[in-house]
Amino acid sequence: MMDSVKKSWKKHLVTFGVPLVLLILVAFLPRYGSSYNVTLTTYFLMNIALAVSWTLFSGYTGYISLATAAFFGVGIYAAALFYPVVGTQLPLIVVVLIAGAASFVLAFIVGLITLRLRGIYFAMFTFGLVLLFKELIYYYEINVEGLRGRFVVLQSNETIYYYLLGIFVVTMIVAYLIRRSKFGLALQSIGQNEEAAAHTGVNVTMVKILTFAVSAIFMGAAGVVMATKWTYVDPGVAFNLMISFTPVLMAIFGGMGNLYGPVIGAVLFTYIQEVLTTGDLAKYYMLIFGAVLIGAIVFMPNGLVGVIQKLVGLVRKWRKGGSVAQNADT
Amino acid sequence: MELFLEILLGGLLIGGIFSLVSMGLSLQYGVARVLNIAHGEFLMFGAFITFWLQQKGVDPLVTVLVVAPLLFIAGFFVYRTMFTTIRLKSPNPGVFESNSLLAAFGLYFIVQNIARLIWGTTPYSYSYLPGRVTIAGADLLDNRLVAAVFAIAVGTAFYIFLARTHIGKSIRAAAQDAYTASLMGVNISFTLALCFGFGAAMAGVAGSLISICYPLSTSMGLGYTVIAIVVVTLGGLGSIPGSFIGGFILGIINTGVTAWEPSLAVAAYYVIFIILLLVRPKGLMGK
Repeated sequence: MMDSVKKSWKKHLVTFGVPLVLLILVAFLPRYGSSYNVTLTTYFLMNIALAVSWTLFSGYTGYISLATAAFFGVGIYAAALFYPVVGTQLPLIVVVLIAGAASFVLAFIVGLITLRLRGIYFAMFTFGLVLLFKELIYYYEINVEGLRGRFVVLQSNETIYYYLLGIFVVTMIVAYLIRRSKFGLALQSIGQNEEAAAHTGVNVTMVKILTFAVSAIFMGAAGVVMATKWTYVDPGVAFNLMISFTPVLMAIFGGMGNLYGPVIGAVLFTYIQEVLTTGDLAKYYMLIFGAVLIGAIVFMPNGLVGVIQKLVGLVRKWRKGGSVAQNADT
Repeated sequence: MELFLEILLGGLLIGGIFSLVSMGLSLQYGVARVLNIAHGEFLMFGAFITFWLQQKGVDPLVTVLVVAPLLFIAGFFVYRTMFTTIRLKSPNPGVFESNSLLAAFGLYFIVQNIARLIWGTTPYSYSYLPGRVTIAGADLLDNRLVAAVFAIAVGTAFYIFLARTHIGKSIRAAAQDAYTASLMGVNISFTLALCFGFGAAMAGVAGSLISICYPLSTSMGLGYTVIAIVVVTLGGLGSIPGSFIGGFILGIINTGVTAWEPSLAVAAYYVIFIILLLVRPKGLMGK
């Protein structure tokens, strides 16, 4: 009994203590880190927020959403409309909230009409959605408005950093709370067997739609902040399909079984991406990206965390085996 | 009236190629359960092999004899190594579908990148049968007519193959229910790989035919993949005749929208696709 209390206390220390220490280190990074490190961490934070919020819905339910770029793009366009170089600007925090709300509403509508579809159709639908947005907005901008590209006010690296840190923290807290709640349990049961979940009284459609919509909030919010970094906005930048794929890859690579998986996946991948796209290997970036994607799916379906857990499990089993033998002696 | 006829005939001609591409995807997606987003990349490779041989003086239609077996082997190999492993590791068909979709994206990135490293991003073109012929008042290019007839011939031949041969029968059985088919003595891993190979070969042949009508570039593939996905959804999952007919329907829609507003053609596909998914996800001929 004492042992289990001690163990859970230890466990809590790891669950909350380690992230807290890391968070404090990250929070003061702009005070002591080089501007390169701050920028790199900015991308870490963005990708973690995207990967975690993607996993929030798709990781549990098994419905592969390729609409991340659509919500991210909504955020970028919110910045282009409400935070432009020419014209009236709203305060940045308001724009972030607008983008979050707009993404929520859009995801809610998309969920309402599509989440009755089978998994693979949902993936295709969301894939098509991003391209449809891109084509339609291109058409509208060129033929109706007669313009190509918009400009967003540039923010300092530090502002961008803290905004993303805020989005990251909120994403992690929401993801943690959902995971721990009855809602998260309902989500998991949908992922395992949707029909059985429905029969046990889970309002399957509502749970799916709400989670999808909540996960979209963070994607939209991240879009606004990144727009103030990139400053140039056109449909090709805003609705870039790579934004849809990278979170999927990061989540699979890291593992979707727990909250750490997508975080580890996102950090590792952002770093790899950074090294590959800036070095001599830039030409082969897509090639390596594809190969890693396939490798991750074929060889580690439970991700890096799955591999680690398997190793830890093996070690434990081996040690336990040893201790059982000792107990038998005494 | 003349415009209507021109749209109809033009649509049927491009529809022949669409049908061929889509029948290929129908085999890969409808039977082998891989929503192969890299389908258009096989098509692009077919087009480039034809172009390469054409530059060496080979007649483009003859190059099909090289393209089809080559891409069949490539497709068969990819399925046997990559997708079979994923299939055997997946706990249920749903997991296999989503994992194989992601793996297909990986394949897309790899093939696309290799092609870019070899051929760059500039478009190529060559001239083949540039003459014109007038049918029922509509002015048509010879090469499009030849390509369409060729595509329809290949499509029909494949349909007869499916209907009449033993392998065709096992493919149809696998399309209905892969698990039950395997219980009935169909070597399922082999049959599914065969389907994937045939799908790749059809994409390759379609690529060869496209190259005699239109300019080719390394980025041409994804557009045709999207068309094939729309057509397969339109025709019904796993229904080869559905894809065949659906190809012509989309061809007519394509020429119709292009005649009205060319920059909206791609958007029109997505609108049709989205409406279809909402109204009748089974497709026209699906069960």
